[in-house]
Amino acid sequence: MTEPLAKPKRKNPLARTRQPLLPPSARSRKAHGLTLAASVGRFMLQCCGECGRYTYPAREACPSCLSSALSFRDAPTGGLLLSETRIEVTSDPYYRERMPWRAGLVKLDCGPNVVTHLHGDCGGSGVRVAMSLQLDKAGQAVFFAKPVSETPHMEDDPQWRELIADPKHRRVLISDGRSATAVALVNALKKAGAAKIFVGVAEQWKPFEERSSLEAIEGVELVDLDLTSERSVQELAMDIGAKVEILVNTADHVRPAHLFDAGAANTVRDAMDHTVMGLMRLAQAFGPVMRSRGADGATGAVAWVNLLSVHGLSNAPQFGVHSVAHAACLSLSQWLRNELRPGGIRVINAFTGPLDTEWFQTVPPPKVAPKALADAIIDGLKRGLEDIYIGDVAKDIEARLFDNPKAVEREAGR
Amino acid sequence: MVPPRRRQSYDGVVLAVPVTVPYQRYSIETAHWWMGKALRALAEGAGISHRDFDGFSVASFTMGPDVAVGLTQHFGLSPRHIDHVPMGGASGIVSLRRAARAVQAGDADIVACVAADTNSVDSFRNLLEGFSRFSQDAVYPYGAGGANGSFALIARHYMDRYGATREDFGKLCVAQRENALKNPHALMKKPLTLDQYMSARVIAEPFRLFDCVMPCAGAEAFLVMREETATSLGLPFVRLLSAIERHNAFPDDPMQVRGGWVMDRDELYGMAGVAPDDMDFVQTYDDYAVISMMQFEDLGFCAKGEGADFVRQHTFTIDGSFPHNTSGGQLSVGQAGAAGGHLGITEAIRQLLGIAGGTQVRDARLGLVSGFGMINYDRGLASAAAVLARA
Amino acid sequence: MNGDILGVFAEALASGRIRVVDLTCTLSPDFPVIVMPPELGQSAPFRMERISHYDGSGPAWYWNNLSFGEHTGTHFDAPIHWYTGRDLPLNSVDTLPPADMIAPACVINCVAQAARDPDFLLTISDVTKWEEQHGRVPARSWVLLRTDWSNKTGAAYANLQPDGAHTPGPDADVMRWLVEERDILGFGTETIGTDAGQAGHFSPPYPAHHYLHGAGRYGLQCLANLGQLPPVGAMIVAAPLKIQNGSGSPLRVLALVQERSTG
Repeated sequence: MTEPLAKPKRKNPLARTRQPLLPPSARSRKAHGLTLAASVGRFMLQCCGECGRYTYPAREACPSCLSSALSFRDAPTGGLLLSETRIEVTSDPYYRERMPWRAGLVKLDCGPNVVTHLHGDCGGSGVRVAMSLQLDKAGQAVFFAKPVSETPHMEDDPQWRELIADPKHRRVLISDGRSATAVALVNALKKAGAAKIFVGVAEQWKPFEERSSLEAIEGVELVDLDLTSERSVQELAMDIGAKVEILVNTADHVRPAHLFDAGAANTVRDAMDHTVMGLMRLAQAFGPVMRSRGADGATGAVAWVNLLSVHGLSNAPQFGVHSVAHAACLSLSQWLRNELRPGGIRVINAFTGPLDTEWFQTVPPPKVAPKALADAIIDGLKRGLEDIYIGDVAKDIEARLFDNPKAVEREAGR
Repeated sequence: MVPPRRRQSYDGVVLAVPVTVPYQRYSIETAHWWMGKALRALAEGAGISHRDFDGFSVASFTMGPDVAVGLTQHFGLSPRHIDHVPMGGASGIVSLRRAARAVQAGDADIVACVAADTNSVDSFRNLLEGFSRFSQDAVYPYGAGGANGSFALIARHYMDRYGATREDFGKLCVAQRENALKNPHALMKKPLTLDQYMSARVIAEPFRLFDCVMPCAGAEAFLVMREETATSLGLPFVRLLSAIERHNAFPDDPMQVRGGWVMDRDELYGMAGVAPDDMDFVQTYDDYAVISMMQFEDLGFCAKGEGADFVRQHTFTIDGSFPHNTSGGQLSVGQAGAAGGHLGITEAIRQLLGIAGGTQVRDARLGLVSGFGMINYDRGLASAAAVLARA
Repeated sequence: MNGDILGVFAEALASGRIRVVDLTCTLSPDFPVIVMPPELGQSAPFRMERISHYDGSGPAWYWNNLSFGEHTGTHFDAPIHWYTGRDLPLNSVDTLPPADMIAPACVINCVAQAARDPDFLLTISDVTKWEEQHGRVPARSWVLLRTDWSNKTGAAYANLQPDGAHTPGPDADVMRWLVEERDILGFGTETIGTDAGQAGHFSPPYPAHHYLHGAGRYGLQCLANLGQLPPVGAMIVAAPLKIQNGSGSPLRVLALVQERSTG
């Protein structure tokens, strides 16, 4: 039985904040095939292209036939728990603070044995378990074994929570309340148990339709936040930086412009100022304090979500400015991911295709409804993903980029 | 394929000058310092200069960034046979086997087999962290329990499958501590009771404190040569009757319940012309008692799964019904890194030379030493054993 | 008359007989700017990013980089700002005749009307009534519309409703009349534009911009402290930045006011 996670008490201002540490993070290059799978929530192992056998740990040649044609392929997630232990002593500083730690050895249905983190409700040797690949605080892939069927409060297992970014009892900042996604995100976060949701609003003197909907939701606080103003971002961080455990950056600035339009440079600069520079200002103001709170109790700072356009991965001419800005945001997000890693803060890129909102009015369906986007982000937080592709267009582009990025480029704008 | 060739015997190969550089819990010295001490003791014991060693075989986890050839310059050796045997608990016997063939063939006359490791405050953690690629990728990140965590999984499964209990493991540990109290080199100086064993703090279920070896700094060494060389130097020696090694045996066993000894034990006893019951003592590789129990089974002292029963039938003390790990073993002497794989050999040589002092088994004429090492991923990969006899 | 006019002026300044009133709002990031439909180009708000603050980026000094649109905060509109003035000579801030930067002002108090109605429009009759009391508006002078709107902040100041901004300003007739019949130098307001919030619906749209700039005249907006000026007699110093081909610029607007004689 998993002990349900209690609502955290107010922090004792005299108590020192625990400094974040990371689990052992060294990996071979091949092992990052698992990182790729874990980042998108897939379960993939090396599989031999010649004899078809799955193998693990990651290696350079198939131990059955010595073929080097080992590629990572989706694998069945079932397994049998062969043995388990509860580690209480370690020389590793990260685990030392988290003892005892359950680990087990699982024989996967597809063949290999894996040493795995073990959910507290997995009972004893000989039981069936459901496996997944997760990213740990160091951002590296690890196996996690769960009971095959749901158990009460199983999402509150402390070892599981180290691997995910559950909003439950956490405080969230949504950077742009004017975003068409804000209301849906707030509702989804509330449903997921977020303790408080700060919603940033730029230029509060400009009215907007969703203000009353947002204000009507309990636990929501509208705060001044103008991503184009360094001062505004810094001042908000001074007020609430130490209270933000999940930051969802919804900033966007979709303005159509042709590359040769006289005012295109201004349009691009505006878009860059709102998006990539906005992200930069947010990162500078909120990054350090979030990084320092990465191990601040069971509900410490945990994740930073950047809502990105899938067109940032390959330019779509009809949204040329948008594509340029999000390509820059993606690069900055990867940088931020690296800088937040010492705090164990997960940076999640949520790639979406055109949203079903006014700025994509002329785009034919399929488009992503704000609620679908919000649900996908919550799902990503609760499953501990790092890259989320939301909606059919984003999934299509992801698959095609994986297959042939040049084809995506040539076919863009057709 | 032509049928395998029958192995040559080890006729004429002898071991001499067992050296133990007394262990320390922590050392500010490097592995090289410990090797130097061991080489000097070997030379003094042999009554010759260390420059007369024309073979050098070294085992160490902490000698980096040096390799064996670099060490020759460090110690002023000019050998014509060198070897680096980084095989943990199997390195002693693997070293011995290679040295034996070198002296048999005349590639070398006197091979110094040295194992040494230092233990600074942080070196054990560093060793665990970077032990192997599979361990780094697929074991250490899971709670960082190190060898304790990995062997806990093996022990738990062995207990579940064969009905062994913690009391059975405890009996071996308590007996070894009793032996260790007669060995002045043992780091553990206090008696251990079964109650203390059972109630010690948990390290990694089912292991508690006294299931685990204590990492320390130290060195073990011995010389391998032909009988005539020993005779000409006037050195007392013991004979190598047979030796085996096997790596990554039974890769398809889902969980390790046996080591490679099973594949080769008939040859081990066949070549020596002896049977398990003939042994006057046994030195197993005791990183954990469950592994000693597996060795009792796999080396033919009892059937698979009967290790616990076997333990219940014997005392394992020096003067008891099955003298085992007479020095106290790694569990009570300490684990000086790779030297843990040589500890059983030096102790066996002393037993067979009759110079084991307080730990001497009366009339010891024949002994078995086994080694086990390298938990690369989910199981120990290297297993080895040797039968030694009084000359 | 004393030949040393500036000497007298200096003495008057030093003695306080001439008071300097600052008519400028503080440039800050949250000061509202004009809002255009989002698909059109937008004026950048005032932004300040630090270069250094006695730190690693500049150990002994503090300074910032600024960015803003030409029409941000208390600012000046040059004739080139509107299409009607695009072909005039000397129509940009860099070519602006320096003599026009100092000129007298008439201040028309419409505080009560604006308080009653945010869409209050100044008409010809409002000006003629004012002239009955204070005399004819002199040629080449500023006409400043006092509404005390500058006392408002944030949303109340911008007063954006679903059908656009609702702020006071001149109607079309009065603008044409002031330019053509009174030959004013320029028109100034306390609101975000020289035109009323709803002036896009007037004919012509944005008449203040249309007539002022079409005749080579100027606009001042986001003024403050007009209440400290007499209806007539204040001297305005309004010198925009000398920006090449600039259509306007934020500036410090000062008024010189002669204190009534106490003796």
